[in-house]
Amino acid sequence: MAENEVIKGCKAVLIGGSTGSIDVLLSLLPALRSPLPYALIIVLHRKNTADSNLANLFALKTSISLVEVDDKDPIVPGNIYLAPADYHLLLEQDGTFSLDDSEKINYSRPSIDVTFESAADVYGPSLLGILLSGANADGTNGLKAIKKAGGYIAVQQPESAQVGFMPRQAMLTMPVDYVLDVSEMITLLT
Amino acid sequence: MIEEDEIDLLLNDLYELHGYDFTHYSRASLKRRINRLWALDKFPSFAELRYRVKSDTDYIKRFVEELTVNVTEMFRDPQFYKTLRTEVLPTLSAKPFIRIWHAGCSTGEEVFSMAILLREARLLHKSLLYATDLNPEVLEAARKGIFALAPMKQYSENYIHSGGTADFSSYYTAQYSRVKFREELAEKMVFSTHNLVSDGSFNEFDLILCRNVLIYFDKALQERVLTLFDESLGPLSYLALGAKETLKFSTIQAKFKQVDSEKIWRKMK
Repeated sequence: MAENEVIKGCKAVLIGGSTGSIDVLLSLLPALRSPLPYALIIVLHRKNTADSNLANLFALKTSISLVEVDDKDPIVPGNIYLAPADYHLLLEQDGTFSLDDSEKINYSRPSIDVTFESAADVYGPSLLGILLSGANADGTNGLKAIKKAGGYIAVQQPESAQVGFMPRQAMLTMPVDYVLDVSEMITLLT
Repeated sequence: MIEEDEIDLLLNDLYELHGYDFTHYSRASLKRRINRLWALDKFPSFAELRYRVKSDTDYIKRFVEELTVNVTEMFRDPQFYKTLRTEVLPTLSAKPFIRIWHAGCSTGEEVFSMAILLREARLLHKSLLYATDLNPEVLEAARKGIFALAPMKQYSENYIHSGGTADFSSYYTAQYSRVKFREELAEKMVFSTHNLVSDGSFNEFDLILCRNVLIYFDKALQERVLTLFDESLGPLSYLALGAKETLKFSTIQAKFKQVDSEKIWRKMK
């Protein structure tokens, strides 16, 4: 399927990342044009201090509405959502977010797997999951769940990532639909 | 992995046979908890999991305890505790008697944090801390005031960031890998089971703390619980929620005014 057809069919795009991912988002966010036809949901491993600085930093880079999620916020296409520090971010069938402060998964809260798996339950084939730079194995199971539900999966090209371990881990586990550097990622998403 | 209709069957059994109503819990999180328990306890099939839940009353204790999330810490979000110290406790200090309710207190870390704040404000002697949870097992742990030693370093840092000036370790004695908090902190605590889903108001309070409990409920149940809190709060009393919880979609919002930018609201009418 042509890449622009893929993004047309997506109700949500998930981006998960760890070490080295903030720079990718700082390049990606300014390239996105309003109105986004999908909800963009970002899950990054962060220090567990309640630093709202990351949301502010990202919001400066885009004219699209970008918020750090509060419990039970509705998921609206055209908006960008950031998972808050120290909570897992889940998606509910009724189109809202919910938060969970249970045990860390893959040493992480938020865990990328948790959000990706619950999004796969809700959106099935109308979902694209992208895994960025990182030194952790989080995200691989999440991509697997998205693929199983009929969605599309992409990883940052490991050579272009600051830390290639996370995307490489996913590629070793399953065939991925797209391996992209940052400019190719922008093309896919716009 | 459990299917949606299997979750419905299980929740129905829990309610019909054991009186626990989880039908208004956030579904996505609940599903993860059930899958986690299925894997942990190595059930070969859903039928075996369901049979155990239906027939083994000892297992029900474990099931309910593991289904609910009991992650908590002392002085979590230090800035929140700083606001309690500087904005909330001074307005309560003139009262002859201070009643506080920790709803969903889990293993009690926040109750002990509160007792430390009250003691440092010289208010503990005239305070009463009601600590409730639906799990009897976690209350039993909370009542003892015994916690793991390992996280104390983090708690001590949280305490300092909350404006604490004493030596945090003076509040407990360490024995092997555990610590026991001083008896005088626990003297003003009352522990009791209470289920926010089904139980009503039992007193009028000056401050209710319910942090990171509502996130596990759907909006309908959140509304029920917030109304219960409203009914349990006197004039000019306070309600404190978790860092990502809010009154913004609730019908009680109009009666409350937020304190600073923290998740603390004061009842104005």
